[in-house]
Amino acid sequence: MDMPLILIRDMDAAYQHQVVLSGVSLSVHDRDFIGIVGPNGGGKTTLLKIILGLLKPLKGTIEYTIDRSEIGYLPQGNQVDESFPITVREVVASGLEHRQKMGRRTTPSENQKVGSILEKVGLETLQHRSIGELSGGELQRTMLARAIVSSPRLLVLDEPDTHVDNRFEMELYGLLKELNEAMTILLVSHDIGTISPYIKTIACVNRNLHYHSSNEISEEQLKVYNCPIEIITHGTVPHRVMKEHNH
Amino acid sequence: MDFLQLFKYGFIQNAFLAAILMSVTCGIIGTYIVSRRMVFISGGITHASFGGVGIGFFFGFPPLAGAALFAVLAALTTENLTRRKVMRNDSIIAIMWSLGMALGIIFIYLTPGYAPNLMSLLFGSIITVTKTDLLLMFILAVAVSAFFTILYKPILYVAFDEQFAKTRGIPVMLVNYLLIILVALTIVLSIRIAGIILVLSVLTIPQNIANLFTNRFDRIMIGSIILGFIASIMGLVISYYLDIPSGATIIFCLVVMYIAARFVKVVTFEGGNQKQNRVDK
Repeated sequence: MDMPLILIRDMDAAYQHQVVLSGVSLSVHDRDFIGIVGPNGGGKTTLLKIILGLLKPLKGTIEYTIDRSEIGYLPQGNQVDESFPITVREVVASGLEHRQKMGRRTTPSENQKVGSILEKVGLETLQHRSIGELSGGELQRTMLARAIVSSPRLLVLDEPDTHVDNRFEMELYGLLKELNEAMTILLVSHDIGTISPYIKTIACVNRNLHYHSSNEISEEQLKVYNCPIEIITHGTVPHRVMKEHNH
Repeated sequence: MDFLQLFKYGFIQNAFLAAILMSVTCGIIGTYIVSRRMVFISGGITHASFGGVGIGFFFGFPPLAGAALFAVLAALTTENLTRRKVMRNDSIIAIMWSLGMALGIIFIYLTPGYAPNLMSLLFGSIITVTKTDLLLMFILAVAVSAFFTILYKPILYVAFDEQFAKTRGIPVMLVNYLLIILVALTIVLSIRIAGIILVLSVLTIPQNIANLFTNRFDRIMIGSIILGFIASIMGLVISYYLDIPSGATIIFCLVVMYIAARFVKVVTFEGGNQKQNRVDK
């Protein structure tokens, strides 16, 4: 079997001594498309932060066979200040910045990369707009373009479908499916019904992690994995989402 | 008296140079402050510096040196405690704010002899700027301009989304600490001109005027430099002819410019209906 891009072994994570993840092990391989599901507060975002190096594990190890700069990241929609004076193009270009390049001018090839990604996500006409002038879907496309502009080997997405309409949601997952031909994807979502046609495997996270090597999962299996679901409706579309669950 | 004849006076020449240098530093640093919603933190740093002024008077060293020390310490403490989530950010700022003012008042009260003239420190006086002040302001203007020119992109990206910048390997903590030190030093050197009470205005009003017409960080910086300079010169000239305090006159000019700019924006750009995208939205 090929070397994993990331290998997590028996990892615990905590915020101010409150353990959020316990005994988590996961190996992420090339071209995987893992849907990370679980109830709110179950530790999905914490797991991503550990993988991204934003949080140190309390216990256990995490090994990388890729460079950290080869990881693209799309944060949750509410993380950025939409009134910050920055253009779409500047946001996307920030995905190419890294420590070794600090203080250097943007090269023509980098400009070209930014241009082609903007075209790919359909934002070339909005590139000089401030992000405050964008709709929720346009902003999310901007953030996705920032995550993929560096052609990462691993793409990490934290609930990319929040604050977007159904049409963009479908477009987004179609694009992710296409991107998965060239890169590995870790996708956090609370809506397993929507993501299951696109993902390859599932990681149920609710303090512990249970790996499920298929994109199909039954309600019974989710219960066994301590990730119970319930049916809720957003507008007219029914979703299978993770049930709120107390430890 | 002819306007140009004013420049035969040494103190007017100094004031003119001070206006240029303050416009540059406050235009750049103020854009960072407003964009990152750090106006309240800056208020805390400004008032904390008063503690250093009082200690300076008491121990007989230059009050602005004491103010600089207190401002930098307050800035670093606020940044550090906020980052470590020891206390709520607004509570830390409130404590720094009031502690600085309290220490300043206590030490000035304890200083033997006449109470020092606090008016120019509280409300500023561009016409009392010395050659030493100008030299310090020049060094700071060069440092701030160089820092923002060389590291413009990392600064912009860290200010916009710290977490993402961290994932790209940008040294976010280092950038933040260097910037908060530059904010503190900019505030202290601007106190000579605008005073402790009014200095926040020169760090926020030009940016808000520029932001009415552009939503780009770099353009807000350049616009703020130009607007800050215009207001400083207008304030200087008006205060000279009317024999009124220069710091307060500069702030008054900035507020009038803001009202005029809003009016122009409504009449010519918005028609009263278009969506606005403002830093302070």
